[in-house]
Amino acid sequence: MSEYRRREQSITLAPFEQQLEDQLEAGGDEPTQELLTLNFGPHHPATHGVLRLLVTLQGEVVRDVKPIIGYVHTGIEKTAEDKSYWKVIPVIERMDYLAYYFNAMAYCSAVETLIDVEVPKRAQYLRVIHMELNRIVSHLVWLGTSALDLGAISMFWYCFREREKILDLFEMSSGQRMHTRYFQIGGVIEDIPRGFAEKLSGFLAEMPSRVDQYGDLLNSNEIVLQRLRGTCPLDAETLLSLGVTGPLLRAAGNPWDLRKAAPYSSYEDFDFKIPVGTQGDNYDRYACRLAEMYESVKIVQQALDGLPEGPHITEDRKVALPPRHELATSMEALIHHFKLVTEGMRVPPGEVYSPVESPRGELGCFVRSDGSSKPARVHMRDPSFVNLQATSPMVKGAYIADMIATLAMLDPILGGIDR
Amino acid sequence: MAAGGVGVEVKRELLVGPVTGTRPGAAAPGGSDLRVRSLNARQLLRGGDLEGPNPSVHLEGSDFERHVEESVMTTTLDKAVAWARSNSFFPATFGLACCAIEMMSIVAARVDVARFGFEAFRASPRQADLLILSGRVSIKMAPIVRRIYDQMLEPKWAISMGACCSSMGVFNNYALVPADKFMPIDVHVPGCPPRPEALMHGVLKLRKMVQDDPDMGWRERYDAQGTEEIVPGA
Amino acid sequence: MPDATGLELIAQGLREAEGESVVTDTLFFRERATLSVEPAHIRAVLAHLRARGYAFLASVHGVDYYPHEPRLGVCYELLDMANVERITVKVRVPSTAPELESVTPDAADGAGWPTANHQEREVYDMFGVVFRGHPDLRRILMPEDYEGHPQRRDFPIGGEPVIFTYNEHEALGSSE
Repeated sequence: MSEYRRREQSITLAPFEQQLEDQLEAGGDEPTQELLTLNFGPHHPATHGVLRLLVTLQGEVVRDVKPIIGYVHTGIEKTAEDKSYWKVIPVIERMDYLAYYFNAMAYCSAVETLIDVEVPKRAQYLRVIHMELNRIVSHLVWLGTSALDLGAISMFWYCFREREKILDLFEMSSGQRMHTRYFQIGGVIEDIPRGFAEKLSGFLAEMPSRVDQYGDLLNSNEIVLQRLRGTCPLDAETLLSLGVTGPLLRAAGNPWDLRKAAPYSSYEDFDFKIPVGTQGDNYDRYACRLAEMYESVKIVQQALDGLPEGPHITEDRKVALPPRHELATSMEALIHHFKLVTEGMRVPPGEVYSPVESPRGELGCFVRSDGSSKPARVHMRDPSFVNLQATSPMVKGAYIADMIATLAMLDPILGGIDR
Repeated sequence: MAAGGVGVEVKRELLVGPVTGTRPGAAAPGGSDLRVRSLNARQLLRGGDLEGPNPSVHLEGSDFERHVEESVMTTTLDKAVAWARSNSFFPATFGLACCAIEMMSIVAARVDVARFGFEAFRASPRQADLLILSGRVSIKMAPIVRRIYDQMLEPKWAISMGACCSSMGVFNNYALVPADKFMPIDVHVPGCPPRPEALMHGVLKLRKMVQDDPDMGWRERYDAQGTEEIVPGA
Repeated sequence: MPDATGLELIAQGLREAEGESVVTDTLFFRERATLSVEPAHIRAVLAHLRARGYAFLASVHGVDYYPHEPRLGVCYELLDMANVERITVKVRVPSTAPELESVTPDAADGAGWPTANHQEREVYDMFGVVFRGHPDLRRILMPEDYEGHPQRRDFPIGGEPVIFTYNEHEALGSSE
């Protein structure tokens, strides 16, 4: 044990209530500390998006925190009611703006369930590839910005370097870096181009060593350990009662993951592990997400190796656009194309709630259709919206700096929270 | 310089004026140096070399004018200040939604905004002069954006990044406000989200605008006439 | 998901425990189970289902069934993590009296569901359903003083007019 550590251990601090009492006794009738309510945000460099927090402080200790949201409320769900089913996809993608494929996946799987159309195997594998790559992107941005919050500013550049590589892959397959409109109802919009598989293999070969580098930089770093180890833990029962899912719940020890529990889109074909934490503090949340990046790389490798041949979208012409060469020869194809583009597809009436496992937890999409070509209600159950309720129990009694670290580890995405 | 200090040699020498050969006025020690320099400058301006074969060439008339044009750069103070201002924007960290991620990408290594000197994103609006509105502005957020813009010190510029704040973007509904409705915007960057290269292009366009036209009419647009600070006693 | 017979058994158990009129409808559609219940008994129904193992409330969201009355619906998505089964509990309240008991707080009749806190606020904000007993019922996404409930079907979608050349003079003239 170093000299520094030995000196630290000789100082004992009484719990806060005891300290307050001592101060009151020492100071006579005047309390020397009072509660101060401070407004964090909505414009603040440390919040992940426009989150406003009303923090009640006693000295530097947080006694209560109230999140106030709605500063980026876009009325996505209302806009979605006004558009035909496939036109909703670009709108709904912009909700949780770091996990855009997951938004589209939840919505598309809900509508596919309503229409009762089957997604071809190749499309399912392509969806898994893109979703897991998006999970890596989301975790990279989280890691970069969280390290930035903690003060490890160089991590930002390393994480965004990897992110650029993955966005190059997305650009190759769909033409856009973010919000790609790649997932469509019934499959994916286009097959992957030539060269995608090679570039992806090259990326997958080097990604684990990059994650090793991030681990080397942060895992045993004294400052990271001091700030994250043991700060703001919350047990799994409280998290479950608050509705929290995703890496936060897994860090607390509960291995709930929809990819394993209720597999969708061929996840049952892949062999991967679920990283689970032990203490539920900030360090476990960080470690879980870091480990998830390795697992996502494994899944993408397996999906790429086992990519089956076949159509990339359903053959049902009432749901998916026919390929363009058919338009010149087949009258039915032309009519289907016309109907799909002008009016959209007709969906039988019903209500479906369809969840997927996004990088932040359970992302569910509720679609109600009334038989017309526009959805009657689209609601996204966003994981960050529900996870935000866990902020208050987590940071009660911790310092402000711990609150900032906890917010970083919570990974809230305000686009998803406010929709 | 005590013994054992830094080894700096101090030599005292008589400085001799280069052209006239006269000893410069030995009145003030600092002044002689300045006088020598000003004599040298005057000589250079006239076209003579200090050490060369023609130390005492005198240019007259149009030769002199052309020599001055070639060797001396003149500008207005406005333009010099505009050049300095345009090359040192301090953007405010103001990310709202998806465009914020692409704005973070321009700070990242591939499209590196530090090449141009704009990497110092200031958290406090008082220290910033460029507001990059990245993302959708909801009706709850609009008064806050306006407040932050008001807190910035003049001269200040605003870039509306992305389709959502320039026009309504993908979402034409009750919840959003286009940024033009409540604050003056200098450059609109289209895209959803715009590529980092596109945002860089927008920032560079703003830089060119500021270099060319230092005034840019922001007082008229911002309706800030009469907001100059009155110094007491002036 | 509980299959169709499982759903009927659950409905049966509910009727026996809470009363005949509690469950108004059961629906098994696309492998998903939905129970429609009377609004007055929502807390009891959720407590009963919690005892049966559906201990995780995944989502509370509102639906507007305009123009059918009762118009405003609230759906509670429950999840049984041990058996990986989901069930939806739906209640419908009329727009003339859009009130419902809040499931958030712990009350005399059992433990509450703290996860419903923000989600009920969102239903209140967007649809106007008032949750009795909610600890902090105020608008969450819209500004505090906003009038109207945006996600009702008869609320206009709003937005700015798109300016083309044929309408640019009126559009710009009015807003300038």
